[in-house]
Amino acid sequence: MTDYAATAPHSGDWRYWFGEQRGTLLAFAVFVVMFAIYTGNHPAGFNADVVTTAANKGVLLALIAIAQTFVVLTAGIDLSVGMIFVLCNCVASYIVVGTGLEATLGVIGVLATGLVCGAINGLIVIYGRLQPIVTTIATGAAFFGIALLIRPFPGGEVHEGLADFLTGQLPGGIPASAVALLVVVLVIWIPFRRSVLGRAVYAVGSSEPAAYMSGLHVQRAKFAAYALAGLLAAIGGLFITFVTYTGEASSANANTYTLNSIAAVVLGGVSLFGGRGSAVGAIFGALVFRTIGDLLFVFDFDPLWQPLFLGIVLLISVCLGSFRLIRIRNRLDLFG
Amino acid sequence: MDGSTPAPLFRMEGVSKRYGGVNALTHADLTVETGRIHGVLGENGAGKSTLMKIMTGVVQPDEGRMTLGNNIVRFASPAAANAAGIVCIFQELSLVPDLSVADNICISNPPQRFGMIDRRAQRRIAEEALARAGGEDIHPLAPVKDLALSRRQLVEIAKALVRNPRILILDEATSALTAADVRKVFTVLKRLRAEGLALLYISHRMAEIAELADECTVFRNGRNVGTFKSGAKTDTEIVEMMIGREYSHVFPSKPAPKATSGAPALEVRNLSWNNRLKDISLVARAGEIVGLGGLDGQGQRELLLALFGVLRSTTGEVLIDGKKVTLSCPSDAKHGHVGMALIPEDRKTEGLMLPMSVRDNLSMASLPQLSRGGLVDRTAEGKAIDRMISLLGIKTDGTAVPVGTLSGGNQQKIVIAKWLMTNPKVILLNDPTRGIDVGTKAEIYQLLRKLADGGAAILYYSTDYDELVGCCDRVLVLYDGAVGRVLSGAEITERALVGSALNLGGAQPAAGTPSLAGAGAGE
Amino acid sequence: MITSLASNPMLRRFDPAVLTAFGCIIVLLLIGSLVNENFLSPDYLLQQLQVGSFLALIATGMMIVILLGQIDLSVPWIITVGGMMSTAAAGWGPLGATFAIPIGILCGLIFGLINGIGVAYLRVPSMIFTLGINAVAQGFMIVRTGGFAPQDMATEAMNELATGRLVFGIPNPVWVWIAVGAATVFLLRRTVFGRCVYAIGNREVAAYLSGIRTQRVVLAAFAISGALAAFAGALLAGYSTKAYQGMGEPYLLPSIAAVVLGGTSILGGRGTYLGTVAGVILITLLQSILSVVQIEEAFRQLIYGAVIIGMLLLYGRQRRNI
Repeated sequence: MTDYAATAPHSGDWRYWFGEQRGTLLAFAVFVVMFAIYTGNHPAGFNADVVTTAANKGVLLALIAIAQTFVVLTAGIDLSVGMIFVLCNCVASYIVVGTGLEATLGVIGVLATGLVCGAINGLIVIYGRLQPIVTTIATGAAFFGIALLIRPFPGGEVHEGLADFLTGQLPGGIPASAVALLVVVLVIWIPFRRSVLGRAVYAVGSSEPAAYMSGLHVQRAKFAAYALAGLLAAIGGLFITFVTYTGEASSANANTYTLNSIAAVVLGGVSLFGGRGSAVGAIFGALVFRTIGDLLFVFDFDPLWQPLFLGIVLLISVCLGSFRLIRIRNRLDLFG
Repeated sequence: MDGSTPAPLFRMEGVSKRYGGVNALTHADLTVETGRIHGVLGENGAGKSTLMKIMTGVVQPDEGRMTLGNNIVRFASPAAANAAGIVCIFQELSLVPDLSVADNICISNPPQRFGMIDRRAQRRIAEEALARAGGEDIHPLAPVKDLALSRRQLVEIAKALVRNPRILILDEATSALTAADVRKVFTVLKRLRAEGLALLYISHRMAEIAELADECTVFRNGRNVGTFKSGAKTDTEIVEMMIGREYSHVFPSKPAPKATSGAPALEVRNLSWNNRLKDISLVARAGEIVGLGGLDGQGQRELLLALFGVLRSTTGEVLIDGKKVTLSCPSDAKHGHVGMALIPEDRKTEGLMLPMSVRDNLSMASLPQLSRGGLVDRTAEGKAIDRMISLLGIKTDGTAVPVGTLSGGNQQKIVIAKWLMTNPKVILLNDPTRGIDVGTKAEIYQLLRKLADGGAAILYYSTDYDELVGCCDRVLVLYDGAVGRVLSGAEITERALVGSALNLGGAQPAAGTPSLAGAGAGE
Repeated sequence: MITSLASNPMLRRFDPAVLTAFGCIIVLLLIGSLVNENFLSPDYLLQQLQVGSFLALIATGMMIVILLGQIDLSVPWIITVGGMMSTAAAGWGPLGATFAIPIGILCGLIFGLINGIGVAYLRVPSMIFTLGINAVAQGFMIVRTGGFAPQDMATEAMNELATGRLVFGIPNPVWVWIAVGAATVFLLRRTVFGRCVYAIGNREVAAYLSGIRTQRVVLAAFAISGALAAFAGALLAGYSTKAYQGMGEPYLLPSIAAVVLGGTSILGGRGTYLGTVAGVILITLLQSILSVVQIEEAFRQLIYGAVIIGMLLLYGRQRRNI
């Protein structure tokens, strides 16, 4: 522990910003490197179509990763994000159809679905005082059941104009999905992060007793975290409907997205213990995760060995944090 | 009474609070007036913290009422109490570690712009508050978890000031501060008093209360046992009010130093670690109680941890009974031929598993001795536990109750008993009587002398000079991670301890090194 | 009601959560008998126990890990590893066939040990490390099987162990459960290891400073969890006579739910094996009622989730630490 003596005001500030954003910056750097290698070695080279396809896949996981970030920041975990995602996909395949107006209402309906699911999670965790991990396992099963009710078999459709627009390219070859993700970050994440509520979420994750003693609305903060997670999962569900043009209640998909979101969040520098990290980092964590798979494809890695390779890479990357252990001199610091 | 005295600002009448079967507060009364500093004294468990928690809305009273100004009030949460102008400065609990200093200071009502927190305005407010609290050298963007404890305390004070309180409560708020910081805080508090604030100062330290308070209230067993003007009673009278009986520090007599042969039980040669321990050498013989003295933070805690195998990359040698040992974990230190025991600093987080039973906690360290082939021998365990409970006089409602329900003194006895069950040869104690009632303290002193007479070597770190003088055969005064001076027998006096702690005649202390005021006398 | 029950001196010995769990079992049995007249017949009940035995083995390992305050999310693919490796060993000649099950268990044990190293020595949060191991185990199995469904068959012995009724007409898996359960109870209540598990789950720092080798205990716990999951996988393979991709997926969430519904705190340090037994039976009965009633999978999932939440709200609330 050191004392930080202030020098002239505002000088040395960047040092603190840097320390706070370390995880995010690292994820960003890794992503840039990997993406460069990917597009550099892609048979089609660095062109708009390659980037757009990659962006579409990456944005999907990134959205779920942002959802997970909200909850993880409060030192919780949401194992139902994948199910909410799938549920919203099924709902979207029904109601995001028809005329422009109808489709817009449909979109609002899907977002509302996600919000409600997240709110249910939040209410049970807060007022039922149950642990998040167990709560979200159970609610996840329930949400998936509803998804199955809605779409026992894959099917449905979606407003094609909207879908094509959001999965296509804007003038200049920029993927629309990337812009959409940027909009989400600007409209949802940044205002949240800078707001009193957002800070309360960080405080609750960092130290719930301190947050309470400081007079923060702990319950409101947690509720917001879970509800926003549901909202983001809904946006993801919307987006996958645009990509696949169908709704499918696939439990394999739901599970995969849930677990991958946790990996993305960790890779993006968000601490599972709460209070530290940023959704932007989680986005890059998700992109890194996705790009690894694409890289293997590009290098003609035997598809049979890809899952194993991916697994080992994931394992190694979460172990990277263990390097800090080497510098620990007092073993009591090992404990939490 | 002077007829023109204004009505009290705040009043608490007949307030009671029960936790389970324990009466934390019984019909407690308290009166607080504007422009005065009111000191609250009492042992641990006397009800001071419960009182404070009720005033600040952390818990609700079972009976009684509180009046603020002309209104009867009830605070459902800390937020409500803050809104009413009652703000508490805690020791540590209310700072969020991962947020910056500025974020913490303005945590509950930050300046906003367009619905988002205005960081620049917040920083200005934080800088002003820090200056007011005496912490100008703290950078507003530093994450709180990277600050030293004394700095964090100042942030806590700044945070309270920002809320424009009408009543400011300080609960042991200066315990981690250096003497210089305490001086600064006192100046701030006196200025606030002059500005018309009402202050409630809760503390153990009679010297501080004597300097600050206008009047004092003593709590004992959850009741207000007396309110008096500052200076109206002597220290001894006050302590007797606190403990409810005649008071005299009872230390067992020390045996004459014996001539000893053979290797010392514990010998340390040139122990160094991480620039916090520098080339320490010491010897502790069987039957000796060796004290570790010196100012706070000179390496005493680290020394004990190093000996117990908790620190990594230590250089130097440790010898038990003349034989060199390498210790890489407490398990090694506890082991048969080494036979060390450490009573850790914080019994609630390091010494006990609070939800587990008395029995489970007691046998936790001696499981290897109480088992055969990995199976616990229940009868042997039961016998050993019963013996310990009677030996130490532990007051508990059977051995199956959770340790968390026992009083602080009994909890500490359990920590000590746990280690005694391993029949240790070397006993390391890290400030074992902190926060313990006077009666239990006396029992612990007796116990330590008995253990020493029985052949154990004891290394005893204490922040209480009375204890070092009263209990120890020799005292090693540490300064800046090295042994400054060794005092034996009659040389151990408070003056000598203080003198060598400040290293008078030696190198100048580093800026901010804690000084004597605030430690010891009269606790 | 729960608390007044708990103040009855005779019942006070029992955890209210466990009592509630058994109460719910009785309720479920009654409901079951309403929907199917054979529900309470000994034959049907024994069949339930048999099906539940597989879940029980997994839940046992999970319980020990949860008692430490950790979680094991690698269970799905370690089960599959157990199933696939034991059936593979069956095809390696007579020696392989004899030791098919032990070989499967050994593979699970190895994965469990790696889990333990990651959590105890590298201090990676168990949630994410076991997730990674899950992915790695899956990767290994995909490589091994070439992506196709494995063609290896289980040995006769495996099949017999999973489906036969050797003793007293009680299905063999139930005997396995009884044996493993008895060993677990013994381990948790009578051994030093068991005390250490509870201590670490309560407060690892205090356990460490009491001289307990916490890392070894955590390592052993994850190894046991891996071994038991693989054992269950081998038995499942014996039951269906072959292993298949994703055979472990349906067991992760039910095993966690069974442990928690049995009164074990997800935060660690508190819980009894009797509770886990109750939790397993509860989940098994629930699943079978839902399938007997022949409602769609959709409603099953929905009710499953709702019931778990409902039961947890009844008694599984977060208790404040003293």
